[in-house]
Amino acid sequence: MQASDRFNINSQLEHLQAKYVGTGHADLNRFEWAVNIQRDSYASYIGHYPMLAFFAVAENESIGRERYNFMQKMLLPCGLPPEREDD
Amino acid sequence: MDIDNEIARTQEERRRKEEELASLTSLTFDRDLYGGTDRDAYVSSIPVNDEDEGNLDSMDSEVARKLASYTAPKSLLKEMPRGDEDDNSLGFRKPAKIIDREDEYRRRRLNQVISPDRHDAFAAGEKTPDPSVRTYADVMREQALAREREETLRAIAKKKKEEEEAAKVEKESGGAAAAAVSKRRNRWDQSQDDGSSAAKKAKTTSDWDLPDATPGIGRWDATPTPGRVSDATPSVGRRNRWDETPTPGRLADSDATPAGGVTPGATPAGVTWDATPKGLVTPTPKRQRSRWDETPATMGSATPMAGATPVVPLTPGVTPFGGTDLQTPTPGNFRGPMTPEQYNLLRWEKDIEERNRPLTDEELDAMFPQEGYKILEPPASYVPIRTPARKLLATPTPMGTPLYAIPEENRGQQFDVPKEAPGGLPFMKPEDYQYFGSLLNEENEEELSPEEQKERKIMKLLLKVKNGTPPQRKTALRQLTDKAREFGAGPLFNRILPLLMQPTLEDQERHLLVKVIDRVLYKLDELVRPYVHKILVVIEPLLIDEDYYARVEGREIISNLSKAAGLATMIAAMRPDIDNIDEYVRNTTARAFSVVASALGIPALLPFLKAVCQSKKSWQARHTGIKIVQQIAILIGCAVLPHLKSLVEIIEHGLNDENQKVRTITALSLAALAEAAAPYGIESFDSVLKPLWKGIRSHRGKVLAAFLKAIGFIIPLMDAIYASYYTKEVMFILIREFQSPDEEMKKIVLKVVKQCVSTEGVESDYIRNDILPEFFRNFWVRRMALDRRNYRQLVETTVEMANKVGVADIVGRIVEDLKDESEPYRRMVMETIEKVVANLGASDIDARLEELLIDGILYAFQEQTSDDANVMLNGFGAVVNSLGQRVKPYLPQICGTIKWRLNNKSAKVRQQAADLISRIAVVMKQCQEEQLMGHLGVVLYEYLGEEYPEVLGSILGALKAIVNVIGMTKMTPPIKDLLPRLTPILKNRHEKVQENCIDLVGRIADRGAEFVPAREWMRICFELLEMLKAHKKGIRRATVNTFGYIAKAIGPQDVLATLLNNLKVQERQNRVCTTVAIAIVAETCSPFTVLPALMNEYRVPELNVQNGVLKSLSFLFEYIGEMGKDYIYAVTPLLEDALMDRDLVHRQTAASAVKHMALGVAGLGCEDALVHLMNYVWPNIFETSPHVINAVMEAIEGMRVALGAAIVLNYCLQGLFHPARKVREVYWKIYNSLYIGSQDTLVAAYPILDDEQNNIYSRPELMMFV
Repeated sequence: MQASDRFNINSQLEHLQAKYVGTGHADLNRFEWAVNIQRDSYASYIGHYPMLAFFAVAENESIGRERYNFMQKMLLPCGLPPEREDD
Repeated sequence: MDIDNEIARTQEERRRKEEELASLTSLTFDRDLYGGTDRDAYVSSIPVNDEDEGNLDSMDSEVARKLASYTAPKSLLKEMPRGDEDDNSLGFRKPAKIIDREDEYRRRRLNQVISPDRHDAFAAGEKTPDPSVRTYADVMREQALAREREETLRAIAKKKKEEEEAAKVEKESGGAAAAAVSKRRNRWDQSQDDGSSAAKKAKTTSDWDLPDATPGIGRWDATPTPGRVSDATPSVGRRNRWDETPTPGRLADSDATPAGGVTPGATPAGVTWDATPKGLVTPTPKRQRSRWDETPATMGSATPMAGATPVVPLTPGVTPFGGTDLQTPTPGNFRGPMTPEQYNLLRWEKDIEERNRPLTDEELDAMFPQEGYKILEPPASYVPIRTPARKLLATPTPMGTPLYAIPEENRGQQFDVPKEAPGGLPFMKPEDYQYFGSLLNEENEEELSPEEQKERKIMKLLLKVKNGTPPQRKTALRQLTDKAREFGAGPLFNRILPLLMQPTLEDQERHLLVKVIDRVLYKLDELVRPYVHKILVVIEPLLIDEDYYARVEGREIISNLSKAAGLATMIAAMRPDIDNIDEYVRNTTARAFSVVASALGIPALLPFLKAVCQSKKSWQARHTGIKIVQQIAILIGCAVLPHLKSLVEIIEHGLNDENQKVRTITALSLAALAEAAAPYGIESFDSVLKPLWKGIRSHRGKVLAAFLKAIGFIIPLMDAIYASYYTKEVMFILIREFQSPDEEMKKIVLKVVKQCVSTEGVESDYIRNDILPEFFRNFWVRRMALDRRNYRQLVETTVEMANKVGVADIVGRIVEDLKDESEPYRRMVMETIEKVVANLGASDIDARLEELLIDGILYAFQEQTSDDANVMLNGFGAVVNSLGQRVKPYLPQICGTIKWRLNNKSAKVRQQAADLISRIAVVMKQCQEEQLMGHLGVVLYEYLGEEYPEVLGSILGALKAIVNVIGMTKMTPPIKDLLPRLTPILKNRHEKVQENCIDLVGRIADRGAEFVPAREWMRICFELLEMLKAHKKGIRRATVNTFGYIAKAIGPQDVLATLLNNLKVQERQNRVCTTVAIAIVAETCSPFTVLPALMNEYRVPELNVQNGVLKSLSFLFEYIGEMGKDYIYAVTPLLEDALMDRDLVHRQTAASAVKHMALGVAGLGCEDALVHLMNYVWPNIFETSPHVINAVMEAIEGMRVALGAAIVLNYCLQGLFHPARKVREVYWKIYNSLYIGSQDTLVAAYPILDDEQNNIYSRPELMMFV
């Protein structure tokens, strides 16, 4: 850890990641980052009602159904994690 | 045979004389010293901090608990020169030993014994416990034994006394001859006996004086197996010995502990006295004698767990260093390393022993003349001492040389240089050798058994924690924690706990060791169960430590311990201590229990508490149980509310207990509960109201005080009607007790009166007619002003009464006392008047009272001699301000006094007079006395030559007050005369002068700058630069603001030039303040007046100047906020340059300027310039210097706000998956702060990821379009 890290929020990366799930680190792989992105996106769609309404119109579904779908998709947004190549 | 006759005559004479003296052979008391009183009347236990029964006032005890040591009044301490404090701060102070600041009572912790491990019922399951392990039953049995022994002791003492009295009666009835025989003493007898009998006497009396303290108790606690107990206590045999002995004198001797001064501790005093209830074995007298012979060696070996006994050779009680050598069973073991104290003591004792040894015949022959003396036959009753136990110290001890010995020179000894500890171990203090000495043995570690290796490892780690450097300590602590389970609870605690009992422990060491326990507890969890009591013995004393943090630490450990061990184990461990004979143990146990209750929840503990509080067996158990409730209330405060009813129910019967102490503590507990529950929960106290109110009629003294206290806390919880009724009920008792001479009672009565009076339902008429007359007659006397606590309490109570009955009543009663001859009393009156008038105003005060009041205040003010002038000043100020315009007639008189006193010889008087002006200036203005004020202004102006800085400061403050009130134009002397007079004073380095002067100058610059020529202001500017160095922040801030005012008054150019020049100075703080001043000038005079000059200054090829300019820009943009949008394009080239500079500080300061700029102009359409600057900031992200990288990161954060997260994310994306880890780390750091700042915004800006075989990465929703 660098000397500078002692002073800022990254000083305790572990703590940071426990507090903010979506934060990343240098060893994050494509899959993990993508999962975060997907979940953030769905959370954002659900959080903004006009967005939800927009998707409902586009997909011809009820708003509640859309919300339910998005929430379901947050579970495994990118499918199962790929096999680790090494280790 | 005239010699024989003479001898006979002398003997007769001596015998007669001896009779007159106190008898040495039986238990007697010196009547002169002890009077004829019953010894039961003596206090047998000393409360902590008066907090036990003695102190009934929790508010006071709160204070006392924070600082229990005796000390001088704060006011005195503050004035003392603080020279040595500097030394402390420099680290020269010797770390304080805990024991040095402990009082007698707290030192009793050292008498406690780290008891052996106990049976863990949970771990053992259904198995029958191993007989070698102590179970709950064993412990309880031992407690019972100890109690019984205690009672027997008391009974014996009583009996002896009775016997003696009976004997005296008999003697008086004429059995002179018989008495003479029994009292016969001869030379041999005395010379041999003197030392030991005197010592014995001291020993026994001390023993019986403090029946609670039982010094011998340790052994009993520690004896682990029942078999051992029976072995050591020949109960019937003892009685035999009593009977068979011919003379009481002999008997007492043979009986009384061979300990005495000669062989203290060789056999614990209690042994012979004890009465085993079982009567297991009845040894014959012969067997018993052999027991004496065997000491001490056999005794030691007979004790299987002797390690746990505190019986340490030679120094019992003095340094009972717990189970020093827990595993070494020989008490007579001198070979072990000794502490320096022990060593000295041993040497000293040897010396005394040598000098007091009996004289041999040869020596006597040499001393006396051959003629005129006759050698008599020893009397038939004389039996020389043949028991080796009593001659213990005649046997060789480690120190062979008697008396003084010239120390042998030891060339090999290294003074000062501690013996080099092997393997990088930290330095050992002498007293550490007994614990860690074995580490110094250079043994081959491989040859040790695994157990020994483990032990060694633990010792090493502990030594590092205790004495090591911080890094050593840290790693050792971590290792201890990580390997705690591997080491095992037993070995760990057997090492740690004795260390904590070390008498020479220091605060820091204790803190560290306690920390070790805390860490280890977490890891060991349920494995600690057998050691709970051991740990408690060591930790409980922390709960009554005078150091707040020690108490908190103690609570934390006990709370963790109870969570780890569980309630059942905690109760099993602590139950035996609840009715321990030692008050100290009970006190600490009660506190520990309250911590357990707060950790595990009160409901879990309720059934147990209920049982304890109703204990039929002993009053001690009930007392402790009720005390636990009190401590719970104190500890957890309003959280008792849900359980209030059950807690009250548990203790309520204690109000009618047969024991007085139990009644007292019950009332105190109720008071604590009511205090904690306030203002709720009156319904829970319903059941105790009747006994309480009945109790106050029947009790007296301490109990009454406690009951009154409880009532005082319960009344405020009541509804108005009830409160009024109950107040009336209690009031006549209170009024009766007004006269009590007891200080404690006085305080409580005052407190209760305050609580009653402040309750809603009590009417003012009632107070006025029924309480006030008696109250003032008894309490408003001079003596009350002398004690600080009485003083405060009385003032508070009186103020509370005034709130009910109004100002006039109270002030009218005490106003005359302002002219009292006692100054402390006057001050108390003044403080009361001040508080009353400040609370309620002066509208009640009629003309006559007003006159008296002003008169009295003036008198009191003029007559004060003490240093603390604040009370009088505040009082004066409060009264004058609340009277307002009504003071007008008195103002000339007041001002006359002030003027006269301003001219006084004493500096203090002058200062007070000046201070008074600043207090009453506002009122003078209200009374339209502007002329008078102008006059005072001139007078003050004349005194500006004052040489005492404190006084000068006050004079400046007074001038400031006048200027503030009457304004610049009307001020006399005119501002143009006043200010030049102030300029030289600005040079004064005294803080008070500086502060008042700069305030005054700033005020003038703000409001009346036009009265002073610009040149004068420039001169002041130069002076002000010096003031930027001031230590006090307030002064620097006032100075910087003054620059702003001056710049506004005379235009920024000249001021700016001065300031810019000041950037060249070396001193950093000065430069920083200058940059702030520049920024303030820019803010007050608009940036465009300053920026050109400032930017021009950047061209000076000097590091400090350029940095100063950048810093000014940074502050400037911080202050001007969104005004910055007009200037951002102007400064961009400069910042470009700075951000590309080789110098780190340039880039750092420029980055922070960019940050402020970005934050200021966010949303104002300056994105183009900001992106441009961002391109210059970005390459700095790889900086490693903490300040620089922080500034850069903050600049990027600023950009996130100003440009939006999407743009910053685009900068970021390029590095998130960079092949170099170093790069990735930095980029993810930026990403993380971006993400935390604007997570939602990022959703729209994330890159498009393509799906892979099984994984969907794309976000098709975003492609939708209607």
